[in-house]
Amino acid sequence: MTDSLQASADSSVEPAYDLGEDRPWEDPAPSRGLLEVFRRRYLLKLLVRREISARYSGSFLGLIWSYINPLSQFFIYFAIIGVIFQLHDSIPNFPIHIFSAIIIVHFFTETFNAGTRSIVRNKAIVKKMAVPAEMFPVASMLVSLYHVFPQLVILLVAVLFMGWTPTLSGVLAVAIALTIIMTLGTAMALFFSAANVLFRDFASFVNILTNFVRFGVPMIYSYTMVGDRFGRFADYYVLNPIADAVMLMQHAFWIGTLTEAELNFDDKGQAVDRLPDHLFTLGFTMIGVSLLVLVLAQYVFSKLEKQIPERI
Amino acid sequence: MAESIRVENVTKEFTLRYHRTFKQVTVALARGRQLSDTFPAVDDVSFTVSQGESIGLMGLNGSGKSTLLKMINGVMRPDHGTVRTRGRIAGLIATGAGFHPQLSGKENIMLNAAILGMSENEIARKYDDIVDFAEIPTKFLQTEVGHYSSGQSARLGFAVAIHVDSEIFLADEVLAVGDKPFKKKCLERMEQVRDSGRTLFYVSHAGGSVKRMCNRVLILEQGRLIFDGDVKEGIKVLKYDDERPEDEEHFDSDEELGADI
Repeated sequence: MTDSLQASADSSVEPAYDLGEDRPWEDPAPSRGLLEVFRRRYLLKLLVRREISARYSGSFLGLIWSYINPLSQFFIYFAIIGVIFQLHDSIPNFPIHIFSAIIIVHFFTETFNAGTRSIVRNKAIVKKMAVPAEMFPVASMLVSLYHVFPQLVILLVAVLFMGWTPTLSGVLAVAIALTIIMTLGTAMALFFSAANVLFRDFASFVNILTNFVRFGVPMIYSYTMVGDRFGRFADYYVLNPIADAVMLMQHAFWIGTLTEAELNFDDKGQAVDRLPDHLFTLGFTMIGVSLLVLVLAQYVFSKLEKQIPERI
Repeated sequence: MAESIRVENVTKEFTLRYHRTFKQVTVALARGRQLSDTFPAVDDVSFTVSQGESIGLMGLNGSGKSTLLKMINGVMRPDHGTVRTRGRIAGLIATGAGFHPQLSGKENIMLNAAILGMSENEIARKYDDIVDFAEIPTKFLQTEVGHYSSGQSARLGFAVAIHVDSEIFLADEVLAVGDKPFKKKCLERMEQVRDSGRTLFYVSHAGGSVKRMCNRVLILEQGRLIFDGDVKEGIKVLKYDDERPEDEEHFDSDEELGADI
């Protein structure tokens, strides 16, 4: 026996391995779904940390990239839509309007895209270790959430310059918006990550879907325009949870930067809101809807889960 | 003795897909060819293991050993039948899987240990033991695992896996890597595991090390359990014993330490 073995043998006192008769029989592959993910929070934390530090490893600018990405998108929309299409004139404080939307859209598309690929990307683990596969889409969502905060900081600095003051309803609106995206993003990531194992086509399909997301929310156009062009169909527009999350963000940041005069305007001089009525009711309803979608996604996931280790 | 693993009529079928893309599927359909076929990787296998037994699982390549082990480990679920276990399961299966080349040795130890089911406290408690066992110089632990030699990263994976507390210890692909002193150390460590009363499930092609480690042998052939019983008889069934005479058996022989892949 070598010395080092002696040392390691002595320092780890072997516990007594006696099962006794009362130890229950267990299924080695329990399907507790997302609950199992919360039970293994520490592993989740490490996976999230791994993603965050690995995403920009070997890069000189590192975390600064998560500021640069949304900023570049912002400037593109700002220049094309604002300057060329001249939306600056019809939407007051257009940059804030766009940027509060970009944060939500970016959060959702990142979660959706990265989450869809997450299980395939962690092939090495999924194939050989008994880890709940739900862990990976959830981790993708948390990584995307982590990158939301630097963007919020940029937005906060900008609106503070424009005379914005924080309100309680604003804080609530942000919380609701993030909750909707977290829930819905996890649900979509969960469903498509399992589907992507069976057919890699789904990752490409998700790419197309995320394009629709960008234009299905009031980001480069305003909600007022939707009402103007579509009339009563605007009622259906607000059934899109992501659009509601975007408008909640705009309620929190954009509305606060507008002047009295900009808030109420209409060709007949009538007071018209820039955002739908009952925004908070809508928000809470959409949290409920997203939770429902999550339950559904979990159900489908559990059905597909059995095939994951062999099909991956 | 209390039972610790119960496998009842377990069958696992794999699907062979001959055609994967849209084009291939269309062509195959047009020509009336078969799109897929299934075969049983594990076929109606039943056995029970008592606590403290050490089982050698043997069989030729492709006989279903790893699939069976994966079902006991909980990575795969059987199509038919049930697998039930009592107590925590751990072991040397795919050691180092999930190592991230861009993370440091220390970060990888923690992540890998957490994947294997260790809690935060358990990792903190055993971290030094793991490092000692892996024999990786402290200065390397802060550098990326991608820069390690393949032996070093394999040792690291091993060291983590062997430190997980469990009542059932599974070992597959053991001793395929590492230099001779390290292999020897691992084998000795596994003997400690066996002697501590844990249930040992050992997959190996090396008849000598099975003889040394196990008191019962299961043999799979094309997914079916064809033998369950005494070690020497089992090795005879597999005809692994006529490779060399008995009296040459000593610890350092390659048969005992042999690579398992």
